[in-house]
Amino acid sequence: MEVARYWRTTQQRYRMEGEICPTCSGKIFPPRDVCPHCQHEAKTPFTFSGRGEIFSYSTIHNAPQGFEKFAPYTVALVRLTEGPLVTAQLTDVDEHDVYIGMPVEMVTRVLREDGERGLLVYGFKFRPAFGVSGSSSQAVAVDVRAPEHAQHEVMIAR
Amino acid sequence: MRDVSIIGLGQTVVGEHWDKSLRMLGYEALNSAMASARIERIDALYVGNMLSGELTKQEHLGALIADFSGQRGIEAMKIEAACGSAGAAFRVGYAMVAGGMQDVVAVMGVEKMTDQESSLTTSALAMAADAEYEALQGLSFVGINALLMRRYMHEHGYKKDDFAQFAINAHANAVNNPNAMFRSLITARQFADAKPIADPINLLDSSPIADGAACVILAPTAMAREFTDKPVRVRASAVATDTVAVHDRRDPLYLEGGAISAQKAYAQAGIGPWDLDLFEVHDAFTIMSALSLEAAGFAPRGKGVRLALDGEIGIGGRLPITTMGGLKARGHPVGATGMYQIVEVTQQLRGEAGANQVRDARLGMAQNIGGSGATVVTTILERA
Ligand SMILES: [Zn+2]
Repeated sequence: MEVARYWRTTQQRYRMEGEICPTCSGKIFPPRDVCPHCQHEAKTPFTFSGRGEIFSYSTIHNAPQGFEKFAPYTVALVRLTEGPLVTAQLTDVDEHDVYIGMPVEMVTRVLREDGERGLLVYGFKFRPAFGVSGSSSQAVAVDVRAPEHAQHEVMIAR
Repeated sequence: MRDVSIIGLGQTVVGEHWDKSLRMLGYEALNSAMASARIERIDALYVGNMLSGELTKQEHLGALIADFSGQRGIEAMKIEAACGSAGAAFRVGYAMVAGGMQDVVAVMGVEKMTDQESSLTTSALAMAADAEYEALQGLSFVGINALLMRRYMHEHGYKKDDFAQFAINAHANAVNNPNAMFRSLITARQFADAKPIADPINLLDSSPIADGAACVILAPTAMAREFTDKPVRVRASAVATDTVAVHDRRDPLYLEGGAISAQKAYAQAGIGPWDLDLFEVHDAFTIMSALSLEAAGFAPRGKGVRLALDGEIGIGGRLPITTMGGLKARGHPVGATGMYQIVEVTQQLRGEAGANQVRDARLGMAQNIGGSGATVVTTILERA
């Protein structure tokens, strides 16, 4: 990743800084300057809580360049508490324990390693939200799994 | 606007052409299309291609292939819309002839993918996705489709094996296509046992990367019979877009671009989906077949897989799809795929599909999808 591009997107990658629409109050992540709900300009910064739940997930074995040394890794679509979906890697969790609906929270980690000199790109990933951590709004029992989870285990074992 | 017809068609075998370069593949398809239209000169060439810059370090394909094919001097350019590039090139050529800017135009798709190692090809294909918010997270193109497939199974209650018929049908049809990459049958058992690549997607859900080129020649319908006894009319040509990133969509399991594109095409042709005799669907992954069938109006949301499960998609079925093998078994040279689809619909409408001929085929549709649904090109053709 080029240095200028890296710095340009630092706030969103480190702090999940998106936008809030001054017209319809829609919360926007990733930032896109024009509100996807009402098409008005929306450049007011808004920092997301970094909490959400798994909408879907998959594990990547054949990694693109820059990610080979991290493979296999699990990527998810996360439905943020504030509404938007976001694409992010999962961390601190075994892929077999992931399920749709699992509560997760954002952390900052190394995303990829660039080139021979190895510029490290940092950004957000998500990990299981273990009850309270910082905020009192989350108190979800982690072992309550969607029935669908059992199906997936059968599939993987085959 | 002038009515436009296809007057010639050509294609290379799809596969690993280690002995042929990008330009040689392009020339081969163009040359055979021009021979089938009995012409030696074209007015313009539009080349659909996605990855030549990244994988061959070669851009500027319009001039390159025009010159290499003995057509130096003509108008020529490259059109890019990820895996929808060739469909988009067709659309540009069609507009040029319909609008009276050109008379005899070649539209081509060409791709050369097998020269590079797989991690580079994987990164290159991920350029169809959002570089800053999808690819930066290490998401591959297969991975995006895996996210969609898992969610689809979850929301609609399907098992993995329910998708098998899409792949089995594609392989059965490829057996009779001399230009297909995989001319072998597969069984439900082989599908169930296939190697996982990004769970729930396995090797037999996925279309293979490949080299190949396909081409058709367009001319005003009023002139078409000067060139061929079997012109095929263009009844509709439509492009629509959606967000590049899946996470930005209102409903990730609904291909809004596919629906808009198909609706525009049906309106142009004055038909409904069930008037079609066959549909070349963009089956890059089995999940894309299901989502495309739903977006194009053949099944309600969540029911696309049922068409395959109920045996409707074979050559003799209610809606034959991937009649020459589809992306899955004919092969998926990404930026060329859309033109293979159009060539195959044309073969069907000319009665030249051999053992896979759909009986009395009069109306056929191809839908070429860029990325995971961000660009969708729909083309409807009719036997003249
Ligand atoms: Zn708004």
